[in-house]
Amino acid sequence: MSAPRTLFEKVWARHEILKGPDGDSLLFVDRHYAHEGSFHAFNALRKAGLKVRRPDLTTGIYDHYVPTDAARTPASAEIGDMITLFGRNVAEQGIRAYAPGDPHQGIVHVVGPELGETLPGFLIVCGDSHTATHGAFGALAFGIGASEVAHVLATQTIWQVRPRLLRISVEGRLGAGVTAKDVILAVIARFGANVGLGHAIEFAGSAIRGLTMEGRMTVCNMAIEAGSRTGQIAPDDTTFAWLAGREKAPKGALWDKAVAHWRSLPTDEGARFDRDLSLDASALAPMVTWGTSPEEALPITDRVPDPAAAPDAARKAAWAKSLDYMGLKPGMALDGIAVDRVFIGSCTNARIEDLRAAAAVVKGRKAVVPAWVSSGSTAVKLQAEAEGLDRIFTAAGFEWRESGCSMCVGINGDLLKPGERSASTTNRNFVGRQGPGARTHLVSPAMAAAAAVTGRLTDVRKLAAN
Amino acid sequence: MAMQPFTALDAVAAPMPTPNIDTDQILPARFLKKPLGPGYDKYGFADLRFDAAGNEKPDFVLNNPPYRGAGIIVAARNFATGSSREAAVYALLALGVRCVIAPSFGDIFYSNSTKNGLLPVILPEEAVNRLLALLAGKPGTKLAVDLAAQTVTGPGDLAFRFEIDASRKMRLLEGLDDIQLTLKYRPEIEAFERAYAAAPFGA
Repeated sequence: MSAPRTLFEKVWARHEILKGPDGDSLLFVDRHYAHEGSFHAFNALRKAGLKVRRPDLTTGIYDHYVPTDAARTPASAEIGDMITLFGRNVAEQGIRAYAPGDPHQGIVHVVGPELGETLPGFLIVCGDSHTATHGAFGALAFGIGASEVAHVLATQTIWQVRPRLLRISVEGRLGAGVTAKDVILAVIARFGANVGLGHAIEFAGSAIRGLTMEGRMTVCNMAIEAGSRTGQIAPDDTTFAWLAGREKAPKGALWDKAVAHWRSLPTDEGARFDRDLSLDASALAPMVTWGTSPEEALPITDRVPDPAAAPDAARKAAWAKSLDYMGLKPGMALDGIAVDRVFIGSCTNARIEDLRAAAAVVKGRKAVVPAWVSSGSTAVKLQAEAEGLDRIFTAAGFEWRESGCSMCVGINGDLLKPGERSASTTNRNFVGRQGPGARTHLVSPAMAAAAAVTGRLTDVRKLAAN
Repeated sequence: MAMQPFTALDAVAAPMPTPNIDTDQILPARFLKKPLGPGYDKYGFADLRFDAAGNEKPDFVLNNPPYRGAGIIVAARNFATGSSREAAVYALLALGVRCVIAPSFGDIFYSNSTKNGLLPVILPEEAVNRLLALLAGKPGTKLAVDLAAQTVTGPGDLAFRFEIDASRKMRLLEGLDDIQLTLKYRPEIEAFERAYAAAPFGA
């Protein structure tokens, strides 16, 4: 009998073409997703006089630069040019791409799974750090830079040094109003934004197993905010049920064969991790960030921390800098901080379940600050409209936008003004992330909805469902 | 994106003691659409370096005369965390930075930098803290980095050894292009692909 192996080790082994002379491995890539930010890689390929080796294994999706207004008007000619350039690059290389107007246009990490192109046991890469999202299906998925994108386009392979393995177990039952977003923010707050550096994370435990696929994607999506390029969750019946019947998922006898293979992927009993960490799910509350790193997060019931109480000198200075940028004072209650805008969107939290959770809070109430909803994909938007969620949002005064990365990264021009404070369902509260001088508080969709209808960071558990 | 080799460097080092300096700060997203070429240096740390009117902010380390044009940055933990944007590496190179020394790096940046001839050096936190104190105390201090020997040395007997994967070291020293290297393995890749396609889902 072979030695017990982890999910990561099984997927890695199946994709290892060879080991290089210096110990790194050349891995086969099942699926590469490309977006408009890929131009440096296409330029490099052209310069080297090379073609895309397997255009059938790259999928193009317009998300970073696309406008999200109803008319899809680029915010500037330069932004419009980026969209055109991507179209030219994919057309020239024979790559299928999903553009505005196509029901499968949307954010790459929402669309890939939705199409069934993301499958358990696959090795998936994309020039975007939130590629770890696809690990929710038990794929090995990680973000890469432009040089690596060019390499994948030219060879359909990638060189990797094997990371160490970290398991984070979240055990127990989540309380009411506590979501996958709160779990991952709590993990990062507890263990630090660099806990996963050099490691591949496997998220395990009863609370993780109890999450829907949407929730699991939210958790894996933010593995990069915990420092890791990749986060994985063992595939199970929840995974298979979610994938069954999707457009590109295997069908018939091949589906049965695939499921049999996928059932062999979860980590074996006794397999070894370099590090094991755990968190009690039952103790968690809805979370909110107060600073400019995702690790600077606390339960909504808490107060803005005092830098004087920081555990070390570096954090003391960092916290003071964060509070200065965020315009907050030590000791302020988080619950009650006034916000200027609310954004519900992004690859972290704009799937159908996220929109349902937000709509449940919004229903029968009015937004008292400007608030946007940008669906994770056009398909999610259409489904939400079929369920009547759009009417709940628009009746409350929300803007119901088209799909794209939008105000999570602001590349398309969807930005906050300097000094504006937002409650956002996104993944990064970095300095300037939502625009120069913009102040971001990361929250779950339900918490974002609560902020929209009260104009303040608010413990959603205090708002009874209407 | 041409890979320039990295062998050794003797340069002024600038201290950045804040942890978690992310790639959004190194290269703000609105500059991602800019083509490479002359003027790319303007985008590096743009919101930290310039105010809204485009004037230099005096409190940013690289605007301080002794550190201006520094070839090395010494930073706190988790440097260049966040987005996979390789443009953060291009911006540092355009600013003349060829080496960053820190206790830890964002994993994607670490990989991106080694593909572009920028050396990321990982040293223990206490060594980095010593360097940060030294650089703050004596602005304009030079450090010497030798990749073959895997050492960082400075004034007096200041000397540290660092670890780096053999594969990354070799590529940096020789300025090797990954694609050309990989294409030598074409027969192995094709054989793998045939076997893989013949047994979908592990059958």
